[in-house]
Amino acid sequence: MIDTFACVFQRDLSLAFRRKGEALNTLVFFVIVTSLFPLGVGAEPNLLREIAPGILWVAALLAALLSLNRLFEPDYADGTLEQLALVSEPFPIIVMAKIAAHWVMTGLPLSLLAPVIALQFDLPGGTIWLLFLTLLIGTPVLSLLGAIAAALTLGLRGGGVLSALLVLPLYIPLLIFGAGAAGAASAGLGGHAHLFLIGAFLLVSGAISPWATASALRIAMD
Amino acid sequence: MTSTSKPHEKPSNQAAASAIPPGTRWFKYASPQTFYGPAGKLAPWFAVLSALLCVAGLYVGLFLAPTDAQQGDSYRIIFIHVPAAWMSMFIYLVMAAWAAVGLVLNTRLSSMMASALAPTGAMFTFIALWTGALWGKPTWGTWWVWDARLTSELILLFLYFGFMALQAAIDDPRRADRAGAILALVGVINVPIIYYSVKWWNTLHQGASVSLKSAPTMAMIMFVGMMLVALSFWMYTIAVTLLRVRCLILERERNTDWAAQWVPGARGVQT
Repeated sequence: MIDTFACVFQRDLSLAFRRKGEALNTLVFFVIVTSLFPLGVGAEPNLLREIAPGILWVAALLAALLSLNRLFEPDYADGTLEQLALVSEPFPIIVMAKIAAHWVMTGLPLSLLAPVIALQFDLPGGTIWLLFLTLLIGTPVLSLLGAIAAALTLGLRGGGVLSALLVLPLYIPLLIFGAGAAGAASAGLGGHAHLFLIGAFLLVSGAISPWATASALRIAMD
Repeated sequence: MTSTSKPHEKPSNQAAASAIPPGTRWFKYASPQTFYGPAGKLAPWFAVLSALLCVAGLYVGLFLAPTDAQQGDSYRIIFIHVPAAWMSMFIYLVMAAWAAVGLVLNTRLSSMMASALAPTGAMFTFIALWTGALWGKPTWGTWWVWDARLTSELILLFLYFGFMALQAAIDDPRRADRAGAILALVGVINVPIIYYSVKWWNTLHQGASVSLKSAPTMAMIMFVGMMLVALSFWMYTIAVTLLRVRCLILERERNTDWAAQWVPGARGVQT
């Protein structure tokens, strides 16, 4: 099973690296959206410092949403997904490998770029570190939950907006705890509880999402 | 439960006389055709029951229950708000259960029940949120606050909308059934979060006054009124769901012989 995971993971990464531009699109979108907020709410430093974690998290959410259509659609369009479903290895393992590759191409660069963006909002060092950790642990959850919605809406007309509608209610608890970690830290309570909860989300979605996504893909491909 | 055992069949173990006759058809009413008639006969009874219970509950709530010491008479919206919130969570659980049954047993009618429940569940969620806002303004001073219970109830509304939107977007009804079932099951985790949110977080919303384990901490007459309206909403849900599932049955089975009498001219119509 580990061989299958490694094989599919490597395949998806190679394919993604051939079109580096698409991964960069997600990053650039993230940067642009975070720039929109100061332009919209005004550049007052105290206000921006307070809402920065929330802005970064919402931008990460939206960037993850937009990148979801690259997860299954290309393979579905050329028939590879059906072949992967027919393989004797468990389909959830293959799905998990695809989700992991998706995270490496979208969530991981986003988390690494977030501290730089956080400097634009004049966040203190400790908060930036906490924010980076919450994004690092939380962006895989975005990929995992988003995969369920992407699988449910595979091949549908208007699938992009529909999958956003389906997955945003599931993202909301993650957003609350991810963005709340920095707020709790600056209030002196420490962000550890929030980090543990996000870790719990990661474990639960890591356990359930590949299985649910595989079922949804089989339903979509019937 | 009708027994249709054939005359030449013998029970395999005579010593263990079961109360259930051999050859019992457990899934008789799992067929849309068989369920269509009884659903139509049952629905009016539930509707009448719902109307009576509603009148009784509102009479207790609006006329018999005393004025609250702290909130005056504005608290009386509790008799709509709390039953609606209870129903919104309960209907989601029932919807997810039917969707799971349809997914596992591959029965069409179970998935149709899930689809029939969704609009009523969304309606009660909206009523809970709306009446909550109407109540919050005079008592808390604000229409809305982003605390745990209100936010998770709002998420529940979005989950209902997502379920209905997904089913509407898929043309093939069987694929729509199964995809909706997965979505409903993934979202069912939200219901315990709503229910326990007032215990886990210190929020502006009132804590639990009604519990299964101890006596309610509110005046008994108020509790009685709330329960009557809750039962009324439950009967209403059953009545409306039965009627709605009849419409779904006709829509999906319109090309069969038995449905042709109800949908004249459907056969041969290109859709």
